[in-house]
Amino acid sequence: MLSELERETARESDAVTEARRVMQICNACRYCEGLCATFQSMVRKREFPEPELDYLANLCHNCTACFHVCPYSPPHLIDLNVPQSLTALRVETYEKYAWPGFLATLLRRNGLAVSMVTAFSLSLVLVLVIVLRDASVLFSSHVEAGSFYEVIGQNVMIAVAGGTFGFSILAMFIGVVRFWFSTQRSSRVRVGIGSLLRALWDVVTLKNLGGGHNEGCTTRDESYSNQRRVFHQFTMWGFLFCFVSTSVAAFYDHMMGWVAPYPLLSVPVVFGSLGGLGLLIGPPGLLWVKLQSDSRPMLLRHYGMDYAFLALLFFISLTGLLLLALRETSAMGIVLAVHLGFVLGFFLLMPYCKFVHGIYRFAALVRFHGKPVG
Amino acid sequence: MLPASTDVLVIGGGNAGMCAAIAAREAGADVVLLEHANKSMRGGNSRHTRDHRVMHDEPTATMVESYSEEEFWQDLLRVTGGNTNEHLARMMIRKSRELLDWLSARGVRYQQALSGTLSLTRTNAFYLGGGKAVLNAEYLTAERLGVEIFYDSQVTAIDITDGHATSATVVNRGFTYTINARAIVVASGGFQANEQWMKEVWGDAADNFCIRGTPYNRGVVLKDLLSKGADPVGDPSQCHAVAVDARGPRYDGGIVTRLDCVCFSIVVNNLGRRFYDEGEDFWPKRYAIWGRLLAQQPDQIGYAILDSKVLHHFMPSVFPSISADSIEELARKIGIDEQALAHTVSEYNHAVVDGSFDKAVLDNCSTRSLDPPKSHWALKLDTPPYFAYPMKPGITFTYLGLKVNDEARVLFGDGSPSDNVFATGEVMAGNILGQGYCAGTGMTLGSVFGRIAGEHAACCRN
Repeated sequence: MLSELERETARESDAVTEARRVMQICNACRYCEGLCATFQSMVRKREFPEPELDYLANLCHNCTACFHVCPYSPPHLIDLNVPQSLTALRVETYEKYAWPGFLATLLRRNGLAVSMVTAFSLSLVLVLVIVLRDASVLFSSHVEAGSFYEVIGQNVMIAVAGGTFGFSILAMFIGVVRFWFSTQRSSRVRVGIGSLLRALWDVVTLKNLGGGHNEGCTTRDESYSNQRRVFHQFTMWGFLFCFVSTSVAAFYDHMMGWVAPYPLLSVPVVFGSLGGLGLLIGPPGLLWVKLQSDSRPMLLRHYGMDYAFLALLFFISLTGLLLLALRETSAMGIVLAVHLGFVLGFFLLMPYCKFVHGIYRFAALVRFHGKPVG
Repeated sequence: MLPASTDVLVIGGGNAGMCAAIAAREAGADVVLLEHANKSMRGGNSRHTRDHRVMHDEPTATMVESYSEEEFWQDLLRVTGGNTNEHLARMMIRKSRELLDWLSARGVRYQQALSGTLSLTRTNAFYLGGGKAVLNAEYLTAERLGVEIFYDSQVTAIDITDGHATSATVVNRGFTYTINARAIVVASGGFQANEQWMKEVWGDAADNFCIRGTPYNRGVVLKDLLSKGADPVGDPSQCHAVAVDARGPRYDGGIVTRLDCVCFSIVVNNLGRRFYDEGEDFWPKRYAIWGRLLAQQPDQIGYAILDSKVLHHFMPSVFPSISADSIEELARKIGIDEQALAHTVSEYNHAVVDGSFDKAVLDNCSTRSLDPPKSHWALKLDTPPYFAYPMKPGITFTYLGLKVNDEARVLFGDGSPSDNVFATGEVMAGNILGQGYCAGTGMTLGSVFGRIAGEHAACCRN
């Protein structure tokens, strides 16, 4: 008769099996306990059922410190590669918990999926403009209030943006709820406002990219560098500023009846510009760091996911800032359409691209700071 | 391409050699360091370490209370049974106090004691990320200082006359070179990975040993120097040997194969008989005698037997325990006589006296009129399922080494110090560790004597 664990093992993926092997060996060593939350969480366990591994995989920030200090790193008989094993599993968890299930395959060849969906969105916006309005609006200048809606009708913009964004938020919410309850069923953790705040602090400081000494990730020559942390901050804050900008703009538009474009010193434009700058600096910086880094602890087959996401953020920001610069010229129409094409792609892709790493990792950090029950 | 000559030639790129190379370079010498392993496996046994023992007068960032020279010395005296050199040991202890600052300034980072090692928070400083992190920091520091490091470079002989060295013969990726040096620091470790030498000392029993650390410590330089008049120190059969899981790899299994369950078990040999008091003292004070105890058993194997009550009192082992619902079934599974094991267990169970179990203190759970006794943490084996872990001797490093003085100079012939040959690390550990082991001493003596050796070697260039 098979035990519960053996039945689970029989149908689990190779990534889960390897992550379990690695964690069991790590747990007999524990030299990395001071490096990050993943190991601090690991030492509380003796057995690693699949949901527990899913959680640890999402807690891992892939700083690679452990790879460089591991006495069993390849080439070695015991062959431990914690960052690579947990990355393989982490990407699988995005797919496993994604909703609805049939869209989860977008996460498998994600570089391709993101590129194609973005191409589709760009075309769709251009086609919509031509079909619903007139091709000429793309080439004429519009400077007065509500001029953006000259290009794309207000109702269309609200319906498409609101619909896709709303759906994506729902999909991500369902995904993270599934993740949460799966890990909670495995071993229960009580969380409160304290765990939430501590998790937020970890996100704000990116503590787990500090390498345990706060000097940063380990680089190719075994020195430490905070470059990745800094560029991630540009990216994360850039995104959040853009999000604030968009939310305030939506509020102005629907609640106050103030219609875009907004003046240069308005909240949407200031936040949007700062956020846009962050996204012009952060994603290329992260890309550069990635290309410099030691590839041994990395999982090369998932680089496509990272590249596509970074590129998407970069182009949203580039077109957004171009729109700001050119909004009083006849290029405004076409730049707006292209910008909205990228934004639409992003809205559609949010639950099915690298974006979800932030959601799951935040949930994992909240769990990390929770109190084990029983 | 290896250079033809240098001021200071350091043989061996573990912690001891790196400290020597850094100290010599900082003193202004040109330094070449030869590491037998490739880059991935660099660092000898230091790669598998996690802490060092340091005296300190007041709490540090990661260590509590204080640990005086006298206390450290008494701990050493106890484990070695007096088989040590008080002058060298006390010097090492006093100089260990400087190590935290010296190593921190060279990139080494510390952390709170690891879970499962809390009894060492007062005496030992734990490296953040373990010994390989220390090596990474030391190699980076050495490279930045301009130490020339060559991997895949095995020294096969040193040209030496009356204790004065002139050059070393090196095999680098299949080609043989000679490097002239004004001074040589030997930091090439013990000989535990030299199967032939181990068999000369231990006979066929050596076939059943695991070598916990690097497969590169073959004692080639040690043997060469002993044959050229260097004074030996220590007994070839003495070593730092612990109990490891018998299912571990022959070489380089490192920390993950060690077993921490002995205090909560009874340990039998393959005749089903107990042979030593499993609860004599806290595990960190006793772990280093069990390798030797196992080496003296038939087929050099033992089995820790425990029941469900104590399963969560020790660090998990990397290998799953062997489990069974009865003692007889367990005996069958591990291949020892059922009757013999059942008899040992029932004899033990009858001898256990009631007490209040507390793994944090030397509790009063013990046995009465049992030989050998179990002095603490003795609970009846009565709660199935039962579990077993097979155990073998795991050799960390051997103690036969080069006799040195307090300037880390190797002594030749009549005890006269060499003018330019120095030794540090496991290759001279026998000066301080004649027998037994005290957790964290190996790295301490490597760093302390490494610094001394490097500083004095740098002076030889004038």
